Amino acid sequence: MTTTPRARRTRSLAATRARTALWLLLPTLIVLAAVAGYPLLRTIYLSFTEYNINTDAAPKWIGLGNYWFTTEDGVGLGVLQIPEWWQSVWNTVKFTGVSVLLETVLGLGLALILNSKIRARGLLRTAILVPWAIPTVVSAQMWNWMYNDSFGILSEWGQKLGVLQNGQSFISNPDTALWALVAVDVWKTTPFMALLLLAGLQSIPSDMYEAADVDGANRWTQFWRLTLPLLTPAMLVALIFRTLDALRVFDMPYIVKGNAPEVMTMSMYARQEMIQNAQFGLGSAVSILIFLVIMIFTVIYVTSLRVKFD
Amino acid sequence: MNKNPALRALGQALFWVLIAAVLFYILFPFYWAIKTSLTNSAQLSSQALQWFPNNPTFQNYVDVFRGQPFGRNLLNSLVVAVGTVIISLLLSALSAYALGKFRFKGKSILMYIILAVSVFPQIAVLGGMYTTIRTLSLYNTWWGLMLSYMIFTLPFTVWVLTSFVRDIPTELEEAAFVDGATPMQTLFRVLLPVMTPALVTTGLLAFINAWNEFLFALTFTSDDKAKTVPVAIGQFSGASIYENPFGLIMAGSVIVTVPLIILVLIFQRNIVSGLTAGAVKG
Repeated sequence: MTTTPRARRTRSLAATRARTALWLLLPTLIVLAAVAGYPLLRTIYLSFTEYNINTDAAPKWIGLGNYWFTTEDGVGLGVLQIPEWWQSVWNTVKFTGVSVLLETVLGLGLALILNSKIRARGLLRTAILVPWAIPTVVSAQMWNWMYNDSFGILSEWGQKLGVLQNGQSFISNPDTALWALVAVDVWKTTPFMALLLLAGLQSIPSDMYEAADVDGANRWTQFWRLTLPLLTPAMLVALIFRTLDALRVFDMPYIVKGNAPEVMTMSMYARQEMIQNAQFGLGSAVSILIFLVIMIFTVIYVTSLRVKFD
Repeated sequence: MNKNPALRALGQALFWVLIAAVLFYILFPFYWAIKTSLTNSAQLSSQALQWFPNNPTFQNYVDVFRGQPFGRNLLNSLVVAVGTVIISLLLSALSAYALGKFRFKGKSILMYIILAVSVFPQIAVLGGMYTTIRTLSLYNTWWGLMLSYMIFTLPFTVWVLTSFVRDIPTELEEAAFVDGATPMQTLFRVLLPVMTPALVTTGLLAFINAWNEFLFALTFTSDDKAKTVPVAIGQFSGASIYENPFGLIMAGSVIVTVPLIILVLIFQRNIVSGLTAGAVKG
């Protein structure tokens, strides 16, 4: 079969276009390779080495030793054998589960309020953007001050209500410290959740509610039978976004509570080993474990939502 | 729905109480921070729990610049955040054009890779990035921070701009093509002007993210040559251990937050649409 000159011309045009596209993408790809690809590969490599950055001249290959290594005396040195790591996993899981749940429920409430036809809507919508926009460090310090054991307003309230003993604060009490951090996270990120859910609510066509009104369904039934099912996709996206964020949380607990074991999250543990203790091998192994957890969540996200590009 | 006027009024009242409670919950920590920032350090312990500032003073706002290198920190933050945004927008405008208007093999794989990078936990690259930045002598410099920030700004800006470019009518590009414009001319003369709103929105969101970043700034800087404002606020200390530095911390916090609040107020519509476009479409 012979190709017509016209077809040949379109084909060569397509080839030129493909080449141009590659040139346009090249700078981005180079930068991404430099800031994501290479450092990730290097972290993976470091996770198989013993490397104290202050004392060792070069990383020393030890295979999987950072993940699992038992000495002759039966002492477990691999990260998977260290209780502090599992404590940080458990803290992160509790933190993520509870804060994401609360944020979803409160965010949905806020979104429903914002979606109703009230006069203060614009004001409210602007107000809820503020906690989202300010630096996490700032919100951490603001709450840190309110939690302060001698001068914090929240400690004062807790003591007056008899929940706390004198001179104690929600954050100094190991039993409540993690929940005090959840409160900060909920305060800071519920607005983000509300905005995503509001976008979902606004995409529900209003004639569906009119039809439901005609059928005599009350508001409660409408919410459960109409709003919630139609909102599920938007809620799923928001849920996963928040879950991924919460799983890698670092700055807020680090500022409010330092490296205290009862609030140590996975990311805090990784940085403590790597930067504070200079153990780049072990710290990198921790980082890679976190990376795997997040990637598994992401794959579930992409496949369950069937994200489309074209 | 409810015909009884008394019940309706009660419902209305409850609704407004609810809204007041929500507003209180959201805004009280800000009020408390501002109130604290207006109380000087010496009086803070005696007035910490009072609801209103007794004799408000701007002393903390003066001190934060005098005793601390806060001005330098602000400059660092500004340069790093603005630099990050400019580089990200430039690179992502090129990419978004390619991904939004060109057809070629491997495009969806590339989109997947870029999406994957956008969910990279920063901690996963911290070790490799730290050694790389040291090797390149970028430790404790603006460039080191700008480079490392690309990992979260670039995938985001590429992603949002691509979805925007895709929605620009193809006729515009075809007309430029027929007139003999090169792809670069088409991008800069024809598409970029149309993209201005999207550039503003994505640039603003990238700016907020870069301005607020903590982990990399904490790890890749060592002193005030490059230390950004979030790190400075996270590490504030008083003149002595007996002094309570929270008045200063709150003053610093208010200073970095005010520009963001102004940006939010001006661009609130863009922010909402940008956030939801980035999240719901992505």
